[in-house]
Amino acid sequence: MLTNQLEVSMYRYNPEQDEFPYMKKYKIEKPARDIMVLDLLHLLKEEDESISYRRSCREGVCGSDGMNINGKNGLACITPISSVMKKNKIELRPLPGLPVIRDLVVDMTEFYAQYEKIKPFLQNNTTAPEQERLQSPEDRDKLDGLYECILCACCSTSCPSFWWNPDKFVGPAALLQAYRFIADSRDLETVERLDALSDPFSVYRCHGIMNCVSVCPKGLNPNKAIGEIKSMLLKSKKNIITSDGTN
Amino acid sequence: MSNSILTDNIKTIEFDALIVGGGGSGMRASLELAKSGLKTAVVSKVFPTRSHTVSAQGGITCAIASADPDDDWRWHMYDTVKGADFIGDQDAIEYLCSEGPKAVFELEHMGLPFSRFENGRIYQRPFGGQSKDFGKGGQAARTCAAADRTGHALLHTLYQNNVKEGTNFLNEWFAVDIVKNSKEEVTGVIAFSIESGEVAYLKAQATVMATGGAGRIYASTTNALINTGDGLAMALRAGFPAQDMEMWQFHPTGIYGAGSLVTEGCRGEGGYLINKDGERFMERYAPNVKDLAGRDVVARSMVLEILEGRGCGENADHIFLKLDHLGADVLNSKLPGICELSRTFAHVDPIYEPIPVVPTCHYMMGGTPTNVNGQAFRRTNGNDSIISGLFAAGEAACVSVHGANRLGGNSLLDLVVFGRATGMHIQEELKSGGGVESSSKGDIDASLERLNKLNESTSGYETASVKRELQECMQNYFGVFRRGDFMEKGLNELAEIRHKVDNLHLKDKSSAFNTSRVEAIELQNLFEVAEATAISAFERNESRGAHARDDFPNRDDENWLCHSFYDPINKKVSKREVNFAPTKVDAFPPIVRTY
Repeated sequence: MLTNQLEVSMYRYNPEQDEFPYMKKYKIEKPARDIMVLDLLHLLKEEDESISYRRSCREGVCGSDGMNINGKNGLACITPISSVMKKNKIELRPLPGLPVIRDLVVDMTEFYAQYEKIKPFLQNNTTAPEQERLQSPEDRDKLDGLYECILCACCSTSCPSFWWNPDKFVGPAALLQAYRFIADSRDLETVERLDALSDPFSVYRCHGIMNCVSVCPKGLNPNKAIGEIKSMLLKSKKNIITSDGTN
Repeated sequence: MSNSILTDNIKTIEFDALIVGGGGSGMRASLELAKSGLKTAVVSKVFPTRSHTVSAQGGITCAIASADPDDDWRWHMYDTVKGADFIGDQDAIEYLCSEGPKAVFELEHMGLPFSRFENGRIYQRPFGGQSKDFGKGGQAARTCAAADRTGHALLHTLYQNNVKEGTNFLNEWFAVDIVKNSKEEVTGVIAFSIESGEVAYLKAQATVMATGGAGRIYASTTNALINTGDGLAMALRAGFPAQDMEMWQFHPTGIYGAGSLVTEGCRGEGGYLINKDGERFMERYAPNVKDLAGRDVVARSMVLEILEGRGCGENADHIFLKLDHLGADVLNSKLPGICELSRTFAHVDPIYEPIPVVPTCHYMMGGTPTNVNGQAFRRTNGNDSIISGLFAAGEAACVSVHGANRLGGNSLLDLVVFGRATGMHIQEELKSGGGVESSSKGDIDASLERLNKLNESTSGYETASVKRELQECMQNYFGVFRRGDFMEKGLNELAEIRHKVDNLHLKDKSSAFNTSRVEAIELQNLFEVAEATAISAFERNESRGAHARDDFPNRDDENWLCHSFYDPINKKVSKREVNFAPTKVDAFPPIVRTY
């Protein structure tokens, strides 16, 4: 292949036309300057308008364009093609483990259901003061690395435990948020939150594979949050589950 | 989809209140309505946390008296009136600034992870155009922040609380056009599921356009790809007016080449702009507040520096934003998102090097005219008359609190204050028996026309290339500086583009997640907004706020201390008086605006 050509192999599937998904190859001239994978997709879509993918902010904060790029999950809009190109080739697939709606668009219903399951909102039924509830900077610091999640699903869909039990294992993204509220000094439902996670699946299906950490486009560490939840569960001496017999 | 879609073949889904748009204002309105027991739905073309509110960085400006215990909402009001170059409605600005603290404390109670001061109160930083004591007490620090991810924190908090209250979401549904009845009232929208292609009539007693801005009319913008002015365009196509459409804010610091926003909070924390000689040039243009002058003032100063040959880089076409002197600690704790964006999109690490920036289209001050209750109105015989069933809030609306130039941090406040007010008003109106009459089949069929035409297209123009043409036209002729003869050229080009936009060819007719169909309709929406912008800009023969005319360099209070009011039916601009009647304070009269 010519060195100034880029070969993009893309997962294609249109439920109205295709019985099975297939990989389609596109050859385009390598752009003069380094562009993001999302820009590459725009260029390809100008040639073939049937290509479908999600996008919104194009700067890595909305979490729309998570996809599998040369085997690794990431956000198309902040992944420079130079960082993923192998021998002038790029392979684009939808996020793994979720049903495909069309091309690079996956059905995220199960992902969102897990998020809703952890009650992702502050719970504090004491009467609110007229002004803000006070929080020390130290307590606020505990939320750093947690609240920044953009729900792109790169982590949960890279997790073999989530592939296996997407209905029962909460998954790294939602567990990170579970811990975000547990760690918030203003939230008063820690006991109930831990209780709701104490079954054999919700948290304990995490086996520390760490794919979540390696793919998070925001540099967050769900595995660490899961570790905190596990140790809190152990300290609460409730429902200690061994993984034996449940695998 | 080869046959026309008719009312008889589509589902009608009925609600009390329908909110179009799942960003900050939409979800603040829906939260209010979900709690009220009214049957409410949010229809959003993206999953709500993908809305553009997520990109807001620096914060939400509000006199909560945390950084300064003596702070006063009246000072905030003064700054906002002055920032707006005196064509913001003072009744609305008064409501914004006085209700603001309540709305911000509510967000905190909902869980928004604000940064904190040592005493545990919400962290506030200085932003441009902020003063104490009605401009006499020096720089204020009034912008409440969650690091530099305030929009993200706010949007997620609102989504989370909507989940808590059980709001109905129609996610990844795209609203196409407004449905009216014989009395010219609004009875809902035609929309389709992006996932399945299913078309439905979403019928409602109250329809709220919370669809955000339309920054994508310009080639260079900080706005998300989804900011295509859908709600405003739907209203224009339905024959409803738009106000102050010539007022577009160019943010001083968009990343050169990429357009991504670099928050004004950078300058609030002590960063400043330099030209190629390393000179802090804002000292010349705004000797008192320097880099924290109004955004319109800073943006124009930057363009002048570039035009006079003092731009940075190989082509001398940008400016540097210097932050390295703040030190790694401040940058990592207060501006972590900026460091990330800068490394990704500008390939520089602000801890060591300045960020290349350029004024970039950022915010639409104009929009669908509304009162403080979010009720949209038109003009009948020189008076405002409410359009039954139609509401607007947030960037899509023009209340007008931003007038000719919005102050930094006031957009997030606008979202929550007027999203909330709109929700409260609809609740009141519907519970006291208000509502609209049903539309006939013919009315609904009429609103399906545009979708049908696109679906049946067999030849015509390509969306991507026409969009580029539109964006370049707007960038060239209706940018930071404007001139009558250039704008006339632009208007002629737009007339040609109108023909293309009306005759787009949708090659892919498939139903499932057909983003080409969405993009074609979005382009038509962009065009409506662009045309309203161009015509309004051409008419305003003065320079005020963000509207800077080379051929009319001065503010002209005698003729133009007024809103421009665009009527899409005859494409004419009329004048509408500015409100100078706040109820709790005396009105602030126009003064010469310097910083």
